Amino acid sequence: MNREGRGATTPAQTTQAAGPNTFTGNRALELEEGLLFEVGRAEVTGVDLDEPAAFTPRLGGLERTAPLGLPGLSEPEAMRHYVRLSRMNYGIDSGLFPLGSCTMKHNPRLNERMARLPGFADVHPLQPQSTVQGALGVIAELSRWLLTLTGMSGVAFTPKAGAHGELCGMMAIKAAHEASGQKRHIVLVPESAHGTNPATASLIGYEVKSIPARPDGTVDPESVKAALTPQVAALMLTNPNTCGLFEADVVEIAAAVHAAGAYFYADGANFNAILGKVRIGDLGVDAMHINLHKTFSTPHGGGGPGAGPVVLSAALAPFAPVPALVADGNGLRLVEAEGDAGAEQALGRMSAFHGQMGMFVRALAWMFSHGADGMRQASEDAVLSANYIRASLKDVMSVPFGERPAMHEALFDDAWLAGTGLSTLDVAKALIDEGYHPMTVYFPLVVHGAMLIEPTESESKATLDLFIGALRDLAFAAKAGDKERFLGAPHYAPRRRLDETRAARSPVLRWTKPAALPQAAE
Amino acid sequence: MRYLPLTPEDRADMLARIGVSAVDELFADIPADKRQTALPDLPLRRGEMEVERALSRLAARNVPAGSVPFFVGAGAYRHHVPATVDHLIQRSEFLTSYTPYQPEIAQGTLQYLFEFQTQVAELTGMEVANASMYDGSTAAAEAVLMAHRLTKRGKAVLAGNLHPHYRETIATVSRYADLPLESLTPVPAGGEDILSAIDQSVSCVVVQSPDVFGNLVDLKPIAEKAHAAGALLVAVFTEAVSLGLVEPPGAQGADIVVGEGQSIGNALNFGGPYVGLFATRAKFVRQMPGRLAGETVDAEGRRGFVLTLSTREQHIRREKATSNICTNSGLCALAFTIHLSLLGEAGLTRLARINHAAACDLADKLAALDKVAVVNASFFNEFTIRVAGNAAEVVEKLAAKGILGGVPYSRLAPQAGLDDLILVAATEVTTDEDRAAYAAALNEVLA
Repeated sequence: MNREGRGATTPAQTTQAAGPNTFTGNRALELEEGLLFEVGRAEVTGVDLDEPAAFTPRLGGLERTAPLGLPGLSEPEAMRHYVRLSRMNYGIDSGLFPLGSCTMKHNPRLNERMARLPGFADVHPLQPQSTVQGALGVIAELSRWLLTLTGMSGVAFTPKAGAHGELCGMMAIKAAHEASGQKRHIVLVPESAHGTNPATASLIGYEVKSIPARPDGTVDPESVKAALTPQVAALMLTNPNTCGLFEADVVEIAAAVHAAGAYFYADGANFNAILGKVRIGDLGVDAMHINLHKTFSTPHGGGGPGAGPVVLSAALAPFAPVPALVADGNGLRLVEAEGDAGAEQALGRMSAFHGQMGMFVRALAWMFSHGADGMRQASEDAVLSANYIRASLKDVMSVPFGERPAMHEALFDDAWLAGTGLSTLDVAKALIDEGYHPMTVYFPLVVHGAMLIEPTESESKATLDLFIGALRDLAFAAKAGDKERFLGAPHYAPRRRLDETRAARSPVLRWTKPAALPQAAE
Repeated sequence: MRYLPLTPEDRADMLARIGVSAVDELFADIPADKRQTALPDLPLRRGEMEVERALSRLAARNVPAGSVPFFVGAGAYRHHVPATVDHLIQRSEFLTSYTPYQPEIAQGTLQYLFEFQTQVAELTGMEVANASMYDGSTAAAEAVLMAHRLTKRGKAVLAGNLHPHYRETIATVSRYADLPLESLTPVPAGGEDILSAIDQSVSCVVVQSPDVFGNLVDLKPIAEKAHAAGALLVAVFTEAVSLGLVEPPGAQGADIVVGEGQSIGNALNFGGPYVGLFATRAKFVRQMPGRLAGETVDAEGRRGFVLTLSTREQHIRREKATSNICTNSGLCALAFTIHLSLLGEAGLTRLARINHAAACDLADKLAALDKVAVVNASFFNEFTIRVAGNAAEVVEKLAAKGILGGVPYSRLAPQAGLDDLILVAATEVTTDEDRAAYAAALNEVLA
């Protein structure tokens, strides 16, 4: 157990990469690019706009008088600036991106094309509802698929990300308890959970109580039962869990939670493993957020935007936030005010408008493309690939929880590194040199030096075999004492190892004119 | 299935190495009586052409904003986005990358976030900004929570002219976090009295400018009164382009500035995804929610960027985290920063002037009508009209005439008893003809 996760990197001075230093700092296709504020100029603009005809301003005497300090770029300069930046990034299209718990599957470009249809992209959330029946149709259709896949009763479609969905689901639970006149203040969270679970529960005033994991990496129903007091509002459980294992006792756990008058919240981060294989509603779940950017392939975009609609059981469905979608004689209609017919018990409003429409279209395109058969195949391939990786590496890397089948991700710990003087982080950085994005490291916290590999269904067997080969070679090199390969890594990335300690100790969070005093933020 | 590379032969080989005979053995931990063997209620896979057809049919049932004279705003605005922006945000390496947890191969994302943070700080007149939030309304809710953490006081005061959806979003989070809230009464013509609501019990006062009716609000006296009472001023905007022309909230004494960045670089998308902007004073940075990119050096001493101060965040602090948020609106922030880089100061200022001029022209045209009054003394690109009749019905009748004429305030706040007000926005995409057509149609509808 390493509850701290990983510490910040502080790289040692390392030897130079091979070859002479270039005069420009560029290295062939690896092109250095200054900051926008170094390449742009305040008087330059890349947008041609005509000055309006003379008019009298009506700004109430609040006109801006000082310059803003925003540089501009001509169009060619802008194109080159951002293209160069993009080339310093690794994406799914570059290669395997096996981040456990993140489900970095292929992002089909058909989804992008569909989301950009003017009928979806160029529609305002507050247009008269008679003019947006197709957009409401997207929400209705997406909801139907999600409900069919989960066996649940209602959808809260407005949450804007997974954590936002968690917040919505937990608020629904709180609202349901309040509606029945109960004040419960404890939420049970297994220690293997994502950090968002305890953060969400505490944000809305719950006290978080941790449930330890069994030696096999799963939650013991007896631990849950022992913790279930009349004060417990909910259990938050990720299933499959963050160790990549399916909680086989989930039905028993759900029954115990319900018997205690509490609700069962499921974190849907790992839904990809069970899509079309089991309905969470049949397992006793009351609420689960679904990360459309994981299971349903909407692009991660360097960290957002995501989308986190929540499916709700019959007990919680009435508490879904506004806007709610209803069908009547005139077609589909949004109920936008709390308390109106169709939203009498709504928990409130999660955000200004109707959720992540652009992501709904993309997710729906993925659903339509796969269909019932393709989705089941995708889940099976994702699980097969994860188990294949584990089976191919278990003789050179250490597997913490024995031989139970993995689900969609394969978990390793750092026991196999014992005596090498190397850490999980060193292995991750060496993997960068080999042309891969590293796996998730130091999560889940219940395993020391965790390495969590999620290949998804999008990888060919040839790609998996090459990746396995690279990890095997690294494992042999580590055990053979080839330390510099690891400690100096990455050698070939646009940057060598970065000093995170320095970044946190004296934060520089924005550009300032070089002549100015030291940076803000301290 | 076109997205699945494994062949039946591959699957057989892989099963053999794992040592199981069928893939279902890998799902053995799922209780056998709960497993699904098929999905009978859903259609089977479809080719690209068929999917395109099905979704295009749905899209065709909407009226795109660009197909009609269009004046709808109220928190989301139709602006022209240069072609370059959409091309660049679809670059593979931007579109298909993840949160930059491995900074050595995510310098592209990290550098643009650092540039974005600087732009947002400059634009708002603040010292620091985060790497974006879900949208303006959720950013406002986070600002209220942050003010509570900073002042250790419970009560937030919300201006009556705050966008009702923002008020509800804040109210929802506050209610479940058990924090009291005081919402003032809307004053469509502006000039509401916020000062008298500020006292020693207040954590922050939340004021929008331009407000939901379009009025510009002088924040300076509110900031003074708030600071004298030990409270913070949270300044909100829903139209980022206004900052090209209006004095930045930071220069008026705001402590936290939050707003919607959709109108720079991002499409309307029926309400999302959008991009929330969040800026504050440097001394408050450790209580700021969300992601932050920071500058550092690599092992060779070269400048680089990393996510930093993450000890505030949920993946480290769990139940003690500053916020439960673990993402931002990366790609929307990229669209924002590219569009703003193309505009630059000169372009943004001119764009703001064009918007203001268009709104002034439309206000004059509508004010000339018999049964219409413009309620604002000041505005940027959106103002409020009072019509002789029910605003919601008037807007529907305009839509039937092929004009999307704005948002009835009663749609945002049905309980407010303000049923004769329409919020009307005019941006650079409206033409002289559009504005004339609107005035003519409104005149007919009200006749």
